[in-house]
Amino acid sequence: MVAKSIISRPVYGTLSPQPGKHHLFIADAEGALAIAEIAERAPPGFFDDSEIVFIPGPDGKHIAALEALKPAQFHQAPSFASLLPRLRQTLANAHMGLRLYLSGTEGLIGQAMQVALEAGIDHTSIQTEHRGSLARRMQCVHCKGITENVTTQPATCAHCGLLLLVRDHYSRRIAAFQGVCINAEDRSEIPPMEEAFP
Amino acid sequence: MGITFRKETFRDDFTFKNSPEHIRRFPFPFHEDAYMYAVNIEPHVVGPKGSVLENLIDVDEHYVAEMQDRALVLAEDPLRCQSLPHMTLAGWDLLELLMEQQALGYPEHFTLTRDGDRWRWINRPLGIDDTFTFGDTSTLPYGPMEYITRQSQGDFCILDQRDGNLWMDAGMVTTQADWSLDFDIGMNFFEWHAPVPLAHEKGIFVRALKFLTNIQQGKPARRLNWTMTINPRLDTSPENYHKWGPDRATVTPENVGDKVHLRVELQSFWRLPRSNGIVFPIRCYLIKMDELVTQPKWARRLHRVIRDLPDELANYKGLTRYRPALVEWLSKLDDGSATSPGFGPD
Repeated sequence: MVAKSIISRPVYGTLSPQPGKHHLFIADAEGALAIAEIAERAPPGFFDDSEIVFIPGPDGKHIAALEALKPAQFHQAPSFASLLPRLRQTLANAHMGLRLYLSGTEGLIGQAMQVALEAGIDHTSIQTEHRGSLARRMQCVHCKGITENVTTQPATCAHCGLLLLVRDHYSRRIAAFQGVCINAEDRSEIPPMEEAFP
Repeated sequence: MGITFRKETFRDDFTFKNSPEHIRRFPFPFHEDAYMYAVNIEPHVVGPKGSVLENLIDVDEHYVAEMQDRALVLAEDPLRCQSLPHMTLAGWDLLELLMEQQALGYPEHFTLTRDGDRWRWINRPLGIDDTFTFGDTSTLPYGPMEYITRQSQGDFCILDQRDGNLWMDAGMVTTQADWSLDFDIGMNFFEWHAPVPLAHEKGIFVRALKFLTNIQQGKPARRLNWTMTINPRLDTSPENYHKWGPDRATVTPENVGDKVHLRVELQSFWRLPRSNGIVFPIRCYLIKMDELVTQPKWARRLHRVIRDLPDELANYKGLTRYRPALVEWLSKLDDGSATSPGFGPD
């Protein structure tokens, strides 16, 4: 999908069942499909020790399919922000043997990983699978504001209004790509805005 | 005698200048008439008297003005100085290193006396005389890294070593060539270098990491890096790019000599004894074209380097907009004669 990239740009894989005592799935929108597919490869009883947390997309799809997997816990959240307190507690109380699986948009994967990192989980132990929109979460390097769901290149900072080049440079700690003023040297140069991350 | 510290600015009216002695000692970074990336790392040992390597931590005539500029940057943006919670011990390591080196090299300006953990630090140029307990953060006005790097020229990155990699987990970065500590903190060696073009493909970072993770205590290493800056501005951060970027459009054939500056970083790498971290001071030296071309060899060589630089590198270093004017201006000082090998002026 990405022609030429750089090393800080996250690389996503395909979810696969890991040895563990407890499995925590966090998904949004089409990320549910990645969970449905892992179910086909998972050993019997895998979801008896699992918790699925799901943020449906605007179409409201996939809820029934996830419930049908009969996880030990199923939680539906309207947004990532609303999920945060619960997720922080779950991770703070987690024991050895918890496995984390993230699937869906980059914004969801990045933000869930950020919370996991803060809880002391190593990022390389986390399973990720990108599904759905390529929209980016972007931090403006100038004002530090985060703009969600950026689909264009360049993009306007929702906070300070500067026109930003959305770079591939990515920070796991901030869970965002870096946005840098694209016409800083001559503000009269306005490059065309193209749909780059549909 | 000691150093006569200049009163000068790195912003607004830009009164920064090098004295004739400081022009001669400028760390010119090109040993031949062309430039490409290389793992140009060598042992950081003391060099000739009167050079920037006379002491391993160099203090020069710009010290006081640079520290004043740093204080201004930090007042505007405290995120330029950050330390992840596990890095405090490394901060004490750095404080010890910088106090020892500055006191050793410049006893007329700095004095460190130790009575067990009770330390007294006198910094005469900045009017500081503090007594504190080594290892007890509550006895200093800032964390140990911030305290000492508010009194030391150059940016400082402290790298934690684990999992066979180096992690950018603390730093004081106010004089940087367009990279953001706030964004890159917590990244590993490959991640924070990710935006650099060409060098990954050449295997530069794999070899550099191997070298750096093997640095031993008491055996620091160094390399030079360079870019160019319009006006003698220390704070060319990405945070403020929308403020200094327009400077690049102000270069004309008439003002090249005054506005365009070669910016050289003397980067050194030191193993820290308690934390096993690596500190990576990035010391920035600026020189305007008018000053640089007082050395004819440097003028000829810089002309050839800038003229022949691959476009990708010129773009990454932000030279594209004013390169034609600069090359044209330098070409008049290049009679085509040979340049002697090595960095120094003839």
